[in-house]
Amino acid sequence: MKKNMKPRKRKIIDALLYGIMVAALAGVSVLLLCILAYILKSGAGRLNLAFLIRSAQEGGIFPMILTTLYVVLVSLGIALPVGIMTAIFLHEYAGNSGGIRLLRLAVETLAGIPSILYGLFGLLLFCRVFKLGQSIIAGAFTLSIMILPVIIRTVEESLKTIPNSFREASLSLGATKLQTLVHIVIPEALPGILTAGILAVGRVVGESAPVLLTVGIAQNMPKSIFDSGRTLTIHLYYLTKEAINPEDFGIAFATAAVLIILVVIINTVAKIITQSFRRR
Amino acid sequence: MSEGVMNKLDVKGLDLFYGEVQALKKIDFSLGRQEVSALIGPSGCGKSTFLRVFNRMNDLIPSCRIQGEVLLDGENIYGTMDVTELRTRVGMVFQKPNPFNMSIFDNLAYGKRMQGLRDKRKLAELVEVSLKKAALWEEVKDRLKKSAQSLSGGQQQRLCIARSIAMEPEIILMDEPTSALDPIATGRIEELIGELKREYSIIIVTHAMHQAARVSDRTAFFLLGELIEYGNTKTLFTNPRDKRTEDYISGRFG
Repeated sequence: MKKNMKPRKRKIIDALLYGIMVAALAGVSVLLLCILAYILKSGAGRLNLAFLIRSAQEGGIFPMILTTLYVVLVSLGIALPVGIMTAIFLHEYAGNSGGIRLLRLAVETLAGIPSILYGLFGLLLFCRVFKLGQSIIAGAFTLSIMILPVIIRTVEESLKTIPNSFREASLSLGATKLQTLVHIVIPEALPGILTAGILAVGRVVGESAPVLLTVGIAQNMPKSIFDSGRTLTIHLYYLTKEAINPEDFGIAFATAAVLIILVVIINTVAKIITQSFRRR
Repeated sequence: MSEGVMNKLDVKGLDLFYGEVQALKKIDFSLGRQEVSALIGPSGCGKSTFLRVFNRMNDLIPSCRIQGEVLLDGENIYGTMDVTELRTRVGMVFQKPNPFNMSIFDNLAYGKRMQGLRDKRKLAELVEVSLKKAALWEEVKDRLKKSAQSLSGGQQQRLCIARSIAMEPEIILMDEPTSALDPIATGRIEELIGELKREYSIIIVTHAMHQAARVSDRTAFFLLGELIEYGNTKTLFTNPRDKRTEDYISGRFG
């Protein structure tokens, strides 16, 4: 029998696979660190308070920060309530009828559509038909549709993790279904709802194609959400594409650095909040 | 127990279906005041389903259909009675302790708060009385603000019993309340059932036959959705009428 050979052979295969996994991890880490280091190194030289609060004409990015903030706030303001309520309905009320299955399929499909198509749709519907023109509000509507599937799915996932025994206990104490939702289910789902919101912020901040089509490229300060504007990503795109002045490239990297720092802050806050909820 | 109007619960010709499958067949059952009734039988025999008939928890399953009469003090609970009102009168303790993710106090006060009780003094009194009845007060009185999920399994289950007592129910349903607990915690719960019996009518589903023998006045044996035999616990265990009951309690199957 080959029994004596087997353990040795298995050990070698184990070690080999382990080595491959470590190598893969190392590769990913190094790549990530290189990108981060490159961007921060190229951009950090220009990063200062003046860069953050000056207008574009003065080489700053304040209008872009403001536009990005507006787009995030308005699109989340629309998509979060709608998405959360949809998820709650789908998970807590809707059964599994044909219509509901179709709706779920639609949500899944919506999540897989390339973002530029949302841009095209938004450009035609919100900018042209609703006559909003290229504006923050038109972009926010467009992006809110884009992030809806993310929100619905994340919230639904978090609802799924809540044990049914909580709902049963609440109902068995004579609470109504709505009371059970408000006092038991939603508080338990809060970390998930928060995660959904933060994921959505990440999507909106990082998006460029649909923003370009619907919000536009205006560099000046947006006076209201009905004005066109330029988000940080679009600013980055234009600076690198045009690069008229020699320092444009530097500004682009500094903008990229700001974006990265922003994303890191958002994710860290998300982590802290989720953990503090878990500890309770 | 004598037949008649004084029964707390009366079930007449109950059929229960999950879609096309009949889970309970022509059940006749009664529960007296201050009586403990145990439901025994092998897994899947319908005893838990039957327990959930009394607080209409089966309503949560869309395909579930019920025929026949279930009378609480003579009133059909599947008639015009409001489900939430029914559930304030018929409390339930589940298989696994399921305290809410809140403080001990808030767990106890939850049910009454949902009924609209806001008076802090009344709530505090209710919490204390209920915890005392569930033999948990001495252990938790100094940490009512602490999370209920920090308690041990046995304490959590007594908390769940206290939580249903706080609703001031008439009947308490227990669905294998000790199956997740160690022998010492189980003993305390069984003791507690003996105490609670003075005030409430209790139906307990149990897998452990010696538990049924210890805590109940009458025992019902279920098999494949049928109530095979229902009678005085001592008689049922020592001198069963039906061959199938005898086979089950002597451990020949199940």
